[in-house]
Parts: sequence; C-alpha cells; structure tokens
Amino acid sequence: MIQTDIAIIGAGPVGLFAVFEAGLLKMRCHLIDYLPQIGGQLSEIYPKKPIYDIPGYPSVLAQELIDNLKEQISPFHPGYTLGERIEGLEKRGEADFVLTTNMGTQIEAKAVVIAGGLGCFEPRKPAVEGLEAFENGKGVNYMILEPETYRDKHMVLAGGGDSALDWTIHLAGIARKVVLVHRSESFRGAPDSVNKVMQLAEEGKIDLVLNANLTQVHGNGRLHSVSMEDSKTKEQKTIETDYLIPLFGLSPKLGPIEGWNLNIDKNAIEVNTEDYSTNIPGIWAIGDINTYKNKLKLILCGFHEAALMSHSAYKYINPGVKYTMKYTTVNGINEF
Amino acid sequence: MENTITIFVEDRNGTVNPLEAPTDMSLSLMELLVASEYDVLATCGGMALCATCCVDVLEGEDSLSEMSDDEYAMLDTLPDLLPNSRLACQLKLNNKMHNLKVRLHGAG
Repeated sequence: MIQTDIAIIGAGPVGLFAVFEAGLLKMRCHLIDYLPQIGGQLSEIYPKKPIYDIPGYPSVLAQELIDNLKEQISPFHPGYTLGERIEGLEKRGEADFVLTTNMGTQIEAKAVVIAGGLGCFEPRKPAVEGLEAFENGKGVNYMILEPETYRDKHMVLAGGGDSALDWTIHLAGIARKVVLVHRSESFRGAPDSVNKVMQLAEEGKIDLVLNANLTQVHGNGRLHSVSMEDSKTKEQKTIETDYLIPLFGLSPKLGPIEGWNLNIDKNAIEVNTEDYSTNIPGIWAIGDINTYKNKLKLILCGFHEAALMSHSAYKYINPGVKYTMKYTTVNGINEF
Repeated sequence: MENTITIFVEDRNGTVNPLEAPTDMSLSLMELLVASEYDVLATCGGMALCATCCVDVLEGEDSLSEMSDDEYAMLDTLPDLLPNSRLACQLKLNNKMHNLKVRLHGAG
C-alpha cells in the first residue's frame, strides 16, 4: 500500500502547487488523477492557450505553467497515480484515511485534499425512463471499450457527435446490424465521417433513423428492444436490439466524492474559508471544486487556498507542534 | 438607458422575470444568470465544456451571434437539444440583444 502524509485527489495546477506548500512544511504528498497525465484541464483541454492572470507572468501557456509547477514541486518528490479514479474513502482509526482507486490501488494518508477541479467527466445520459435497469452488462453501455464484444450483435447507437459517427463506421463491419438514431436530420461532425455514414446507409450496411428521440427501453432483465419517436410526425417505432449505446458526450460530475458525506452545494464542496477544510476533519477541498461566499474560480485563488490548507493540515497531522511560517527567501526550500 | 438592456428569463417553474443587464462590461448571458442567482451550475466557467448553462431562446434569436464550432459541438452532445438551444456562456451581452427572451434548458 502507498503511504503518504497527504493524498491529493486531482493533479491540476492547484493540486500540484499544494505539493509545494505541503513540502515546505515537510509533508509528503501523493497525487491521484483520473486523467493519464498531470495538469488537469490545462493539459487536457487547452494546453496551448495563454493565461494572463498568473502573478508574475504577463502571459503563460497553460502547458508551460504545468511544466513549471512540475519542476517547482520536484524537490518534494510527490508520488503519482495517474489514469485511476478514487472510488472509495475509508477512515481508519483516529487520523488515517485509506483511499482505493477503480484499479484497486490503495493509498494510506494522514490527510486528504480534494483538488478535483471540474470533477470527473462522466457520460451524459439521455432522459429515458428505466435506462438504468439495463446498465452494467444488461445491454446499455455509455462507452465502447472492446468492439469485439459486439461482434454479430444487433446494436442501436444514439447521438450525432463525432464519437457516434466514428463508432457507427467502426462497428458497421463488426456488428450484425448497426442502427444510428439521431435527433436531427443533419450531422455536424467531421465531414469525412458524415459522408462515410451516409454512404454506409445508402449501401444498406447500417440503418439511419433521423429526426428521432429515444423514448423507451424494454426487456426482462436484459435489454430486448428500444423505442423511439419521430420528432415531427410523433410516430413511434420499436427496434429489437442486443445493445443500446447512447453517445452524448461527457459532462462534469463530482463522481464518487458525492457519496462521502461532504457538504455539497451545486456540484461543489462547501469549505470553511479560514483553512479550506470541509465538514469532515482531515479532508480539505481547494481550487475549482470548492465553494464559499465570493468564490472565484481562478488558479491564483486556488494557490492561496493550497497555502492555507497546508498550514491547517500540518496542525491536524502534528497536533500540539508549534510551527511558525518561514519565508523561502530566508530558509530556501529544504528538499527531501 | 444607454448600454443597459432588458433580458427576459423564464425559470424552470415557468416564471418569467426581466433582468436589467449592462452591455459595456463584456458579460456573458451565463454570467448574468449566475449573478442573478438563477439555478445555473456553469461548472466549467464559460469554456463551452459542460453545457450546464444551456438556454432555449424564445424570442430574439436573430440578434444573437453565430454559433462557434466549440459551442455547436458541445450542444450537439445534449440528448434533449432543441433547435433554439444555445450556451449562455457563449453569448456576450450587447445592445442588439435588448428584449431577448430565454428559458433555462432542461431539468437543471
């Protein structure tokens, strides 16, 4: 089991800087992120965009900021668990937490800092009654992990974005039958993919159902058929299928954190602004994922929150130990 | 008043309220809705990433700026998109938008 002083959930700019602030106080950190690389949304979504409100940098590219932060925290040798999502949090004894990821990795920490930014991106689900009953291997999947699962099967895909188009093309040669259901009569995905899908439909290799919305799912324990309604004529149509794959993109959610009994307001974790602690002793929340009066979702505010959190976590981990803040200009950073 | 417009907002209970909005502060409609304490999450803070600020335009659609590819791509992932749906974060308030009427999209 990985052991550390502070487990930091989220390796975006604020999570990374928290390693530095904790390091100054001689606390070791382990970072966990669901994304396969550090940097959070800066590296994943806008690595080449300039940021203009980082103090001391008139302009800095998002990825450059992350690279600099990585270098800045390297003297404190943080551990990294990337590409894994924290699923479970268990409190052991008085002070220790054990975190478990979806891959079974366990991290024992004296304190937990949630720096999860926008949260986890989870598949967006269409509003179809009873859909949940067929999740988890009973016919409804929101992403395609192993295309061979669908060999010689009947499939209904729903959605109009690039992923719906790309999977329709890919699965056309694998599944017995692919039906693509789309709300509108045109696609605005990549033109090449749109043309290919249209061509497959003309050749009879797939079925296209346009101007249609999913309305119902049927089955007894396992998915058997899917109903849809024509958005103009309101005509209902039911198609027998082995699988329904709604592909409506991803939407940011708190994810498993929601079940940890933290006080949550509008998808964000409520904190005390004295030290950015949550309602659970030993757990702090910093950066975009927290909320308080006058909260500003700015990286620079997250940095400030990381500093205050670190001093509070230090007192929590070392009760009774007196510590006065020291300047790096006086003390350096004392690598460990 | 110069550089102030009125925008009518229908909440999810069907109540319509007028909002006075400045057009010289480069505010987006999403920011106006959040500042006016409407039930809009605006999780991503205006980067067209989460679609939680989606509105359906009831009146004044012609006064709005063209949709960017980013906005379209995000809207296109919504299962319950309407032809008049827009992302409020991508709509910068300007004088042409006077008397725009929007409804908060979906169930929240």
